[in-house]
Amino acid sequence: MSTMTTPVQHAQKNIPPDERLRSESSLKKLLTRPELGSVSGAILMFIFFAIVAGDSGMFNADGIMNWTTVSAQLGILAIGACLLMIAGEFDLSIGSMIGFAGMMISIPALYWGWPVWTAILFAFAGAMLIGFINGYIVVKTGLPSFIVSLAFLFILRGLTIALSILFTNKTIVSGVSEVAEGDILAAAFGGQIGTSLFSWLGTNGWMEVYADGTPIVTGIPMVIIWWLLLMVICSFVLLRTRFGNWIFASGGDDKAAKNLGVPTDRVKIMLFMFTAFCATVFAACQVFEFGSAAADRGLLKEFEAIIAAVIGGALLTGGYGSVIGACFGALIFGVVQMGIFFTGIDSDWFRVFLGVMLLIAVLFNNFIRKKVTGAR
Amino acid sequence: MSDYILELKKVSRYFGSVIALKDIDMKVKLGEVHCLLGDNGAGKSTLIKTLAGVHKASEGEFLLDGQTTEFESPKDALDAGIATVYQDLALVPLMSVTRNFFMGRELTKKIGPFNIFDTKRANEIARAGLAEMGIDVRDPEHPIGTMSGGERQCLAIARAIHFGAKVLILDEPTAALGVKQSANVLKVVARARARGLAVILITHNVHHAYPIADHFTLLNRGKSLGSWLKADVSREEILEMMAGGQELEDLESELAEFTRTDAAANAGEGSTFEAAAAAQNAHH
Ligand SMILES: Nc1ncnc2c1ncn2[C@@H]1O[C@H](COP(=O)(O)OP(=O)(O)O)[C@@H](O)[C@H]1O
Ligand SMILES: [Mg+2]
Repeated sequence: MSTMTTPVQHAQKNIPPDERLRSESSLKKLLTRPELGSVSGAILMFIFFAIVAGDSGMFNADGIMNWTTVSAQLGILAIGACLLMIAGEFDLSIGSMIGFAGMMISIPALYWGWPVWTAILFAFAGAMLIGFINGYIVVKTGLPSFIVSLAFLFILRGLTIALSILFTNKTIVSGVSEVAEGDILAAAFGGQIGTSLFSWLGTNGWMEVYADGTPIVTGIPMVIIWWLLLMVICSFVLLRTRFGNWIFASGGDDKAAKNLGVPTDRVKIMLFMFTAFCATVFAACQVFEFGSAAADRGLLKEFEAIIAAVIGGALLTGGYGSVIGACFGALIFGVVQMGIFFTGIDSDWFRVFLGVMLLIAVLFNNFIRKKVTGAR
Repeated sequence: MSDYILELKKVSRYFGSVIALKDIDMKVKLGEVHCLLGDNGAGKSTLIKTLAGVHKASEGEFLLDGQTTEFESPKDALDAGIATVYQDLALVPLMSVTRNFFMGRELTKKIGPFNIFDTKRANEIARAGLAEMGIDVRDPEHPIGTMSGGERQCLAIARAIHFGAKVLILDEPTAALGVKQSANVLKVVARARARGLAVILITHNVHHAYPIADHFTLLNRGKSLGSWLKADVSREEILEMMAGGQELEDLESELAEFTRTDAAANAGEGSTFEAAAAAQNAHH
């Protein structure tokens, strides 16, 4: 039996052993942060476009607002997709949900005479109900969410077109701005904040103004506020709460988590509802920005959201990822998309770039995963 | 207060037409290691999943501390003090030691209206809990993917003990481990017993079971062959009974292997277990 006790004595002998290992492990810790790739990628993109497009107006106030808005729109979707991916599931119906939710807002508001705020609440409730059904089918059948949500991608897109033709005889419903005038909830999506600050900046010459005296940026669009708000809340929930631990556990190994009493089914269903919520926020911001809804809105957005989450460090196998990372993934998207526009490069290159980015991100994540799981 | 913390009376479990368990009787005391032996497919995992609330017994009675009990879920069993360390360990490799340690029972503190995961205190507790089991973790925020199989096994056990388990069920804890790591795990089992827990140790490896067990129950093809105190049964007898249902060939080859390792052990004057350990070390 004597051989069996040595490891304990050994362990007790080095009771404060960390000092020796600290420096190595903190470098390793940084390397294993899921955000690392997307943060450094974003910095690289900024440097690149600062050099090639520095004088194109991309980094003027309106240029900045431009790519921030694009990033924010995608970022909202990416946050939902990222949390769901960490919990080990996919939602491919995000894009179709955007079109569907847009119609759920516009048709009741324009054709059924509903007050706009009730139409908005109706759209959120409807979208989250569909998210619930999507999630419920996934957890109860154990089918891959890839397939179930792919079905919803088609069902929702088809329904959006069919129902909008049925109710309005059109696939583009416009005139929402007029009915939304003065509606507080509509302003929470389509409005701007800080308008007085920006006009003050303009009148004092701190910001460029147009000939009529209005500043080139009149305020911060609500979509950016939603993005930042969701980023802070979701990152906090993921990293600092019990529910966040459940999200990681559900995606890391849902059988293991279940055996320890983690309600993984509930966690996943809630996150399917949350992606639907995010899609509806996106849809609402778009509807009130453009004043219209269109049946083809949100096409391919599910893939962009998943790509942003993957660039942000989320693993396709679940259990790993970061909200902040996904937001930086979306930022890379926005910066590159607008950067290509500002530099006048043919926008086809944007797709090439996206594919390459995705490939690099996946390879990088795979490498990190091997490090983290200690593939020895 | 009953003499036995756990008691099974004629418990059966069917999966459709498959009879996984038939009329199992078993009694487990606090402060003893009860070894559940049986070949692959004997029904060991099914039996402990029935104890752990994963499956319900199709028939029979289940007593916890003398009270008839039925668990609706694994959580129920856990709350009643029956903690199970499954073959697949119920650990998430990508998550940190602390997050794993508290998985499903997160330690929270209130800050304003928010209930937040108390990372600092959780780290301290996880570290201390593991140190008590003789495992030193460098950084409790490090993912457990980099830990060895034995360390992970010990982490899962330490977690169960920390959360006040009275009965600790271990499903094949040494199945995937080398000799040295197995020894570490068995040592942790001994510590759990010393703390007064009842340990149900599942294995099909008599050599691992024999040195530590106080009590044996043998399963074969879903039926119990009986229970024995260690004093009443020898290793050879157990092995022979385990092989009982098999072809003669299998039996003979297994016995031959056993005699061989036993001979090696005698030559090295220690137990079989230590001889095997020595052989393993010499090999490296
Ligand atoms: N969920 C299940 N459905 C159907 N059959 C099962 C199920 N679980 C176990 N069995 C059957 O019960 C028998 C006992 O299995 P198990 O308890 O895993 O054995 P052991 O752990 O002793 O190797 C096997 O024949 C297995 O096929
Ligand atoms: Mg088994």
